[in-house]
Order: sequence, then C-alpha cells, then structure tokens
Amino acid sequence: MNPRRKKRLALAVALIGGVAAVASLLLYALNSNLNLFYTPTEITQGKSDTGVKPEVGQRIRVGGMVTIGSMNRDPDSLYVEFAVHDSLGGEIVVTYDDLLPDLFREGQGIVAQGVLIESGKLEATEVLAKHDENYMPPEVAEAMGQTHEKLDYSETQSEAAN
Amino acid sequence: MWKWLHSYADPEKAYNLSSKLLPWFSLLALLFISVGTIWGLMFAPTDYQQGDSYRIIFIHVPAASMSMAAYMGMATAAFIGLVWQIKAADWVAASIAPIGAVITFIALFTGATWGKPMWGTWWVWDARLTAELVLLFLYLGVISLYASFEDKVLAARAAGILAIVGVINIPIIKYSVDWWSSLHQPSTIKITEKSSMSSEMLYPLLINIVGFGLMIGAITIVRFKSEILARNGMRPWVRALAKQEGVS
Repeated sequence: MNPRRKKRLALAVALIGGVAAVASLLLYALNSNLNLFYTPTEITQGKSDTGVKPEVGQRIRVGGMVTIGSMNRDPDSLYVEFAVHDSLGGEIVVTYDDLLPDLFREGQGIVAQGVLIESGKLEATEVLAKHDENYMPPEVAEAMGQTHEKLDYSETQSEAAN
Repeated sequence: MWKWLHSYADPEKAYNLSSKLLPWFSLLALLFISVGTIWGLMFAPTDYQQGDSYRIIFIHVPAASMSMAAYMGMATAAFIGLVWQIKAADWVAASIAPIGAVITFIALFTGATWGKPMWGTWWVWDARLTAELVLLFLYLGVISLYASFEDKVLAARAAGILAIVGVINIPIIKYSVDWWSSLHQPSTIKITEKSSMSSEMLYPLLINIVGFGLMIGAITIVRFKSEILARNGMRPWVRALAKQEGVS
C-alpha cells in the first residue's frame, strides 16, 4: 500500500473511530432518557441505576403486563381500570376511558401513556398493546399452553415484557 | 492477492461484468420473492396472537433488514472509493443510495400499517423506529450530497464521508430493542440461537429476505451500469456501444 493510501486509510479509520466514540458517549449519557417507558417497579421504587422516581402529576409512559383478574370495566361507559405489573414485582393501577387496542387482554404486555395522578395510579390517555417476538400457529400455541383467545382469558402467564 | 479485483476498477470491465451478472440477479430475485411471498401470504399458518395481520412481516422484515444491509454495502463501497480512490466504488455507493432510501421507506411504511392494528398507533418515538427514520435521512443526505456537486469526484468524496459516518447508526438500529425498553418487539430471527418463530413461518420469511437482497443487487447493477455510462460518455468504448445499440 502506498503512503498516500495509508494516510487516507488512517484518516477514514480515525473518522469512524471518533464518531463511534462520540456516539457511544452520547448514548451512554442519554441512556435512561431513551427508554420509551417506566416499568411499574421503577415508578414505585425509582430507577435501579439513578433512583429517579417519577413525581405525581408527571406525564409518563408505563410498560408492563396486565395483571390477570385485575380488569374492572364500567358497564355503562368505556371506562376501565386494570393493574400493570412487571417481573420484579412492582404493580400500578391504570385507568383509561377510551377504546382499547385489539390485542389488549389480561396477561398482555402494554404501554400506557398518561399522568401519574397519585403514587401508583396512572390516568392513561393512550394505551398501546405490545406483542412479543414469538410467532407460532394457534395449534402449536395451544399445545404449549399459550392460547390467546380474546375474551377467554387464559391462566398462563407469559414472561414479563421488557 | 487482490490484484485480480483491481482490473474491475476499469469502467469497461465493470460494465461488462455487470451485464453478465444482471440476468442472474434478476431471475433469482424474482424466483425467491415470488416463492417467499406466495408461501408467506397464502400458505404459512396464521399466528396464535396476531391472526392474519402478522403476514405483513413477510414484507416488513425483509425490507427493514435489507435497508441496513444495503447501507453497509453502500458504506463499504464509499470506504473503498475514499481510501483507494477507485471511481467505480464511488459509483456503486451512489447507485445503492436511492434504492436503500426506498427500501427504508417501505420498512417504515409497512411498520406503520402493522403498528396501527396491533399496537394501536401508527407511530411512536421509540428507539427502534426513530433510529430507522434516521437511516432514511442518512440515505437522503447521501443522495442530495452526491447530487449537489457538478464535480462528481468531489461529490463522491462528500457523500462517501457522510455514508461512512452514518455506519454508527446501524448497530444502534440493530440493538435498540435490546438496549432500551421499546414498544417494538425484540428480534424474532436470531443468528446464534433458535429463532422464536415456527419453521413454517420462518422459511418463507428467510426466502423473502434473500429475495429482497437479490432484488436490491439487481437494481443496483442497473443503476451502476447507467452511472458508468453517464460518467464515461466521452470514452471510445461507450461511443462504440452507443453506435452498436443504434443511438445516434
């Protein structure tokens, strides 16, 4: 390799290395802000690394699994109340007064955006359903005990969403 | 060891090689995409959770993964063009950029139409979605930089530097779903362990991914050929070719 090429190669590699270093520092600094949501444990006990806890009145997103058997529907309106938990044992109550997405069911991972009206209670303005990375035909799911009928809530609990 | 490769830096040789490769890429792309798409959309079983709506995965995932692969191809070509000053490599990079932009747009668009029925929203400022949007802007930046200089050697240098710098976005897209909590699902297809998808669904998906790669290759070759002609219009061999094709 001639010296001019060597110089250009060194420059290009230095450019990539520099940008990679800047980007990783930036992402490291922004790390907690890049999360789309808080988990219920983080809301009740604060983030594990910084201890930052959302305050009452703050607009946040919470993500977790809808606790089976916690769903309470008002018979005359769209108002629903349900609990969302995560694998670390945190649980908060979410209230919502609008149409729920199709995939919403007990045991499902969801992300709810809203205002924390009191410690451990979120008044949601938007509820999004989260699905996991598993794809299988219904027969296979049935054989594995992971049936996912919309209204017939199953007893099995899949792993916590994260 | 790499000496044989250098001969293809010659525009005429690169043009002839491209002409020879093009029918293979086109035919195989057509074959793979039709098999993968028909199998995926018509014969693959429905999903236990998402029903038939999940079938958009057979377009979404190939488009998204190939949008990243195309970017790596473009950046590699730009790197070779920048360090070894091989013009043909610069032309390859310039040829890939618009294709990559379209494929990225397809990935974002199919993702949005999938997100609406499943998540309940078209768009959310999630790490994965945002990083993929940044990829689209990177492609658009490379395209406009290459287009905005009359001097194409200078243009290729400017666009090439942006393409190389933008490589940092690729691991961010890839690992965004592992590093941060996101609405987007984590990867279904895993390289080191068993993919979390039934094989009757996985095979058509993999076939379509290969098919999309071949399709990008084929369109790149078409664009590369016209880029060679556009940059070498004054060369005798191009003139001879034009005469032979009946262009006055």
